[in-house]
Amino acid sequence: MEDKKVMLEVNDLQTTFFTDSGDIPAVDHVSFHVHDGEVLGIVGESGCGKSVTSLSIMGLVPNPPGKVVGGDIHFEDKNLLDLSEREMRKVRGNDIAMIFQEPMTSLNPLFTIGHQMMEAVLIHHKKKGKQYAKDRCIEMLELVELPRAKDLMDEYPHQLSGGMRQRVMIAMALICDPKVLIADEPTTALDVTTQSQILKLIKELNDRLNTALLLITHDLGVVAKTCERVIVMYSGQVIEEAPVDKLFDSPKHPYTQGLIQSVPDVRKKQDRLYSIEGNVPLPGSIHKGCRFADRCKFAFDRCFNENPEFYQTSDVQKARCFLYDKEGAVEHDKALTRS
Amino acid sequence: MANPARNIDELETTDPKQTRGPWREAWYEFKKNKIAVVGFCIVLFFILLAIFAPWIAKEGINAQETADRLLPPSAEYWLGTDDFGRDILSRIIYGARISLWVGFSAVIGSVIVGSILGIIAGYYGRWVDTIISRFFDIMLAFPSILLAIAIVAVLGPSLQNALIAIAIINVPNFGRLIRSKVLSIKEDEYITAAKGIGMRDIRILFSHILPNSMAPVIVQGTLAIATAILEAAALGFLGLGAQPPSPEWGKMLADSKDYLQSAPWTMIFPGLAIMLTVLGFNLMGDGLRDAMDPKMKS
Repeated sequence: MEDKKVMLEVNDLQTTFFTDSGDIPAVDHVSFHVHDGEVLGIVGESGCGKSVTSLSIMGLVPNPPGKVVGGDIHFEDKNLLDLSEREMRKVRGNDIAMIFQEPMTSLNPLFTIGHQMMEAVLIHHKKKGKQYAKDRCIEMLELVELPRAKDLMDEYPHQLSGGMRQRVMIAMALICDPKVLIADEPTTALDVTTQSQILKLIKELNDRLNTALLLITHDLGVVAKTCERVIVMYSGQVIEEAPVDKLFDSPKHPYTQGLIQSVPDVRKKQDRLYSIEGNVPLPGSIHKGCRFADRCKFAFDRCFNENPEFYQTSDVQKARCFLYDKEGAVEHDKALTRS
Repeated sequence: MANPARNIDELETTDPKQTRGPWREAWYEFKKNKIAVVGFCIVLFFILLAIFAPWIAKEGINAQETADRLLPPSAEYWLGTDDFGRDILSRIIYGARISLWVGFSAVIGSVIVGSILGIIAGYYGRWVDTIISRFFDIMLAFPSILLAIAIVAVLGPSLQNALIAIAIINVPNFGRLIRSKVLSIKEDEYITAAKGIGMRDIRILFSHILPNSMAPVIVQGTLAIATAILEAAALGFLGLGAQPPSPEWGKMLADSKDYLQSAPWTMIFPGLAIMLTVLGFNLMGDGLRDAMDPKMKS
């Protein structure tokens, strides 16, 4: 893994929403990277900043009220945040593409599938002409395993099922051979059988086309099936980063542990499902200490006063928790015995 | 490779012959509504009348027979004659040209101006929106016919100025309609998706947002043609629109008001023409609303 090229690197990204009821740091010093051909999962509950992170990368944060206020996003020796709107448009769709959550509304109801897909090609490859665009669209529709690709070109979105539309969206996102694909909850709006087919397709295409994939989801099952590496977000921060097997075998951060415990296991008999007490605090509502401290059963005094750093727990795993601060070891032992 | 997806998808796909766009689908819906089709036929009748006026109305609009003044309807003059001995039927047929011309062009003018202002206000928001929306509010604060009279008073009475006045007073209606539609459409995911593939703002505006906000404009536009025809007639009646001897329907009403008791046909038939045309557009507009609105939502 280490010898692979880093495709996209996000450093210390901060995106804040300036609202009348105060500033909300939706993305708070988030850092991560994706290698060539790798599938990186971003997991977290609703409102933890996953989607805003992806919109920040695409430069599509709704402004106002949102704004990227700090950090940098490196892609091919460029800092995307320094690019002008015109330069950014060349990146979008061409180098970095995105699949959205709602396949039902992601296509314009007034135009045929072919019209919209060709538009996506022609924006970036106008010189190659319409015939090239058309051939390319049919090729992509076949690649995402849609039957009757040629007929589909003349059909309207309302004639397609949700799963088919999501396939069209995937085809459209991959049509310009992007180097990074961001999939923002691509399967959330689909039913379970369609979900697994789409995931399988995404995974296959990722292997075949060697596109780096950023998979945003709240579904740990999706993560287990598709991702190689995972970052866990909580209240705007990255709180754990680990290879997928490590994350499920030995989660480090108490929040991740709680999350994994909450997944029902069919092999064990359980009376009640485990749940983490309390709710995710709104980003910006906690100014001091660890964001998870209120809900954490290991929390000790330091947790309420200082914001933990991102500690390396093994050579591949990191967690934002004082339990892994080697200097604070004495205190955390006390906490462990207490619980 | 056995692919379960393929089977499921094939079940759901429609027969390719049934492929039809949203516009054609709206037309099918429209045809089902009998009353709307009646409205459409009335409108079509007047349009044909206007186009073929020189062939249908042989008498000409200004052929005066001084001996035949104020004659009741007869075999020679189907709808009678007016105080100058002119054939009322011929004048009404030519009048259709004027009324439809005023109705269509005034509405097209206000749709174009209203759409541009509405789109800018809705898409860019903030202070641009505030300025444009308050401007609309101010215009809507005046009774529309009063505003039209004021505009014509400034420009001078003529048919063309009446048309301009009618176009101006209808701008805020369309502007507001488009603005509200743009506000909701710009939050739709396909707009974000379009930005995501690197599309320019201006292109998104005109190739995605504008076509999607057209359905209510077409409905409103059809109804507005009816109102515009009425307004033109009202301005004509007040002497601020078409000038004599033009056979504008409102003007014909005004000219014959002195003969209401002695020769009622001089007033009844132009009045009927106005009523029928307006009714036709209204029925058609209602039918269009039923046909287009639910379709555009899904």
